[in-house]
Amino acid sequence: MKLQTQVKKVWCPGCGNYAILTAFTAAIEELGIEPEKLVVISGIGCHGRITDYLNVNTFHTIHGRVIPLATGIKLANPELTVVGFSGDGDAYAIGLGHLPHAARRNIDITVIIHNNQVFGLTTGQYTPTSPKGFKSRSTPYGSLEEPLNPLLLALASGATFVARGFAGDITHLKMLIKEAIKHRGFALIDVLQPCVTYYNTYQYYRERVYKLQNHNPTDLRQAIEKALEWGDKIPIGILYKIEKETLDQHVKTPPVYKPVSNINIKKLYKWLK
Amino acid sequence: MQRIPYIEPLRLMPSIDINVVVGGEAGAGVLVAGTVLAKTCVRSGLYTYVMNEYPSIIRGGHVWCSVRICDRKVYSQKYSIDILIALNEETIERHHDRLNERGVVIVDEETSRLPLNDLRVLKVPLTKITREVGGQQVMRNSVAVGAAAALLNLDIQVLSQVILDTFRKEIAKINVELARKGYEYVKNSGISQTSLIISRSQSSNKTLILTGNDAIALGAIKAGMTFYAAYPMTPASPILHFLATFQKEYDIVVLQPESEIAAINMVIGAAYAGARAMTATSGGGFSLMTEALGQAAMTEVPVVIVVAQRPGPSTGLPTYTAQGDLMFVLHASQGEFPRVVIAPGDVDEAFYLTIEAFNIAEKFQVPVIILTDKHLAESCMTTEEFDESKIKIDRGELIVGEYRGDEPYKRYKITETGVSPRAIPGTRNAIVKANTSEHDEYGFGTTVPSKVKAMVDKRFRKMKYIEEYIYGLEPIKTYGDGDILLITWGSPKGAILEAMRDLNKEGIKTKLAQIVFLEPFPAETLKNILQEASKVILIENNKTAILNMLLNQYLHVDVKEKLLKYDGRPFYPHEISEKVKSVIE
Repeated sequence: MKLQTQVKKVWCPGCGNYAILTAFTAAIEELGIEPEKLVVISGIGCHGRITDYLNVNTFHTIHGRVIPLATGIKLANPELTVVGFSGDGDAYAIGLGHLPHAARRNIDITVIIHNNQVFGLTTGQYTPTSPKGFKSRSTPYGSLEEPLNPLLLALASGATFVARGFAGDITHLKMLIKEAIKHRGFALIDVLQPCVTYYNTYQYYRERVYKLQNHNPTDLRQAIEKALEWGDKIPIGILYKIEKETLDQHVKTPPVYKPVSNINIKKLYKWLK
Repeated sequence: MQRIPYIEPLRLMPSIDINVVVGGEAGAGVLVAGTVLAKTCVRSGLYTYVMNEYPSIIRGGHVWCSVRICDRKVYSQKYSIDILIALNEETIERHHDRLNERGVVIVDEETSRLPLNDLRVLKVPLTKITREVGGQQVMRNSVAVGAAAALLNLDIQVLSQVILDTFRKEIAKINVELARKGYEYVKNSGISQTSLIISRSQSSNKTLILTGNDAIALGAIKAGMTFYAAYPMTPASPILHFLATFQKEYDIVVLQPESEIAAINMVIGAAYAGARAMTATSGGGFSLMTEALGQAAMTEVPVVIVVAQRPGPSTGLPTYTAQGDLMFVLHASQGEFPRVVIAPGDVDEAFYLTIEAFNIAEKFQVPVIILTDKHLAESCMTTEEFDESKIKIDRGELIVGEYRGDEPYKRYKITETGVSPRAIPGTRNAIVKANTSEHDEYGFGTTVPSKVKAMVDKRFRKMKYIEEYIYGLEPIKTYGDGDILLITWGSPKGAILEAMRDLNKEGIKTKLAQIVFLEPFPAETLKNILQEASKVILIENNKTAILNMLLNQYLHVDVKEKLLKYDGRPFYPHEISEKVKSVIE
């Protein structure tokens, strides 16, 4: 079964989303995950179309709710591999309230953020990760706000796998996605994804990104240090990765496989007398 | 020795109908005292209706609880008080007006300084006894309950056992001792000679005492719900507490997420994955869920949402009752889509209809809302153990394990009934695509006009079949056979049934039509009922008579006579009786 559908892709030519899609399908193939055992959730934004392009179980949800939806799916059936795709608007603006909680719960899902630092589908407004001074249709005089540091937030919230990828390096991104899916626990990959139409950052990132080397991903201090690094040099790779108990490991019987008939409620009656 | 109040011997009364009110500061154990007393009555073979009223405060503020005790099934609280247990003076100030001619006030002899000359007072050394036994001040409530139990001539052994079952071990022991002292104090005062009740045999006790929330939680467990996520919100939180308590016993995933938005999305995720899933909240939380309600409808994921109403708008009266959200739940979320709204009126309906809510949600793949209110959610009623032979579980067209169709699986296959066979992720040979964007039969996004129209029509075709299905579930319940018709929905049912009983004694015959299904609205059935009535009175716990708007909409009927209450309090039977009488005149 081919992992990509025949649906015509409607992303702009050169969009970073193509790289993410390619890296993801290659990762799934190499991991040998059956499409029936995989669920992909996408939110609202240009990235959201990814579910139409994937020949796997998918749920194209409403704006900002990828993480709680993915959490519900994983808890209902921990046997499924659950991967959420979300954008910087979807996950860091309207849906930000869910990220720290999923991280501290350590629910075993992978969340891949298409972080292009701009609202693309609504034709170019600033997002929480747009740089200060960013001129957009909603900030013609330049954004007055400091951008959010999503990796620092994820680390502070207790995420057990935190990584940054670059849509300009598919091979490296594929490796990150494979590691994130293999990781047992909440995994966040923030992908630097240029938007060719509203914020083309290919050149900017090509000049600055470098792959982490001699980095100890089990050391939170080192991870925080790397999360803070932004400017002339931007690190990509796995910043942090530790093993910890997951929320879903407490699910004894997957809720979807439990019988629903002939449940004995009489043993509760003693509390109601 | 104090003057002994005379209490009319109950055995001389034609039937038992006694109202005990416990009042005190928040944190004084008022509600637990009421519950203990009620359970003691229930275990003595009696029926009770327990209603509580409390402000949104953990300490201080006035809390009271009324325990109506009858020798028959009783559906509501009543106004007049027979025994008032005043754990503070404010209780006397607030409630003495309601004491009837045989009413007695139990007060702490130490703390009460009010002029009580015109009231019949039973002074009990609540604080003194509590100190002697070594209990904390808050445990005075047990002494008071013991005293009340003595007045009611309940069996101290039964009361002791209830206390042992209610509290943790060490604390229970002290409370039993306190109750016993309170009980003995009253018995030794000689009051028992003139006092009353009838302890019934308890050997064949087949009754339960539970709230609407308990009934819903129990119904959800019975329905095979395996996933529950909810954010705390009065008056729906007790469902969360109930399910959290028994999650291990029944192997249910119970989660308290970061918001109602997270809760409903988790529930939709779990239901998409194949679990029977539910959430519960009140109006404010449901406001946050509205976008995801539309998501459930668009993706045809079966979810059950309990909305326990309280007065709004906004924070309103967080711990009081109202029926102001009917129009809201009927129309919440953008766009047009089928949904089902069920309004149980008592604990029995709450139990059975919760199970039906899951059946309807899965059979027709629509969101189902169970609409209650604080009065139903948190008041306690005594009822018979549930008849499980009446229960059936229907999951609709569910594909698990392997899909064996000839063509590739289509999650949104166009069918005659509008219901597409539902595979869950993990099913072999099936790719299950859910989509909140308008989609084709496979679940791929589409904007093609013919495909859009076909999908909208498919979703709405279900409505006809849902209507047929609920017709068999008694969408309108009727009681009585008078030609004065009372119409209501939800919790006012209880007070109305009690009022009808009182009116009947005066020779006034009335009939009640209780609308149980608000969506789809059983218009035709109601039309026939309306035609038989000479006078119609509409009764709702809201300001704008929302049910009347629906009667206008569906039947072009405008009910002139309305009894509306919107002060945060439920109806009392006498208010309904008075309205009926005024309409007859």
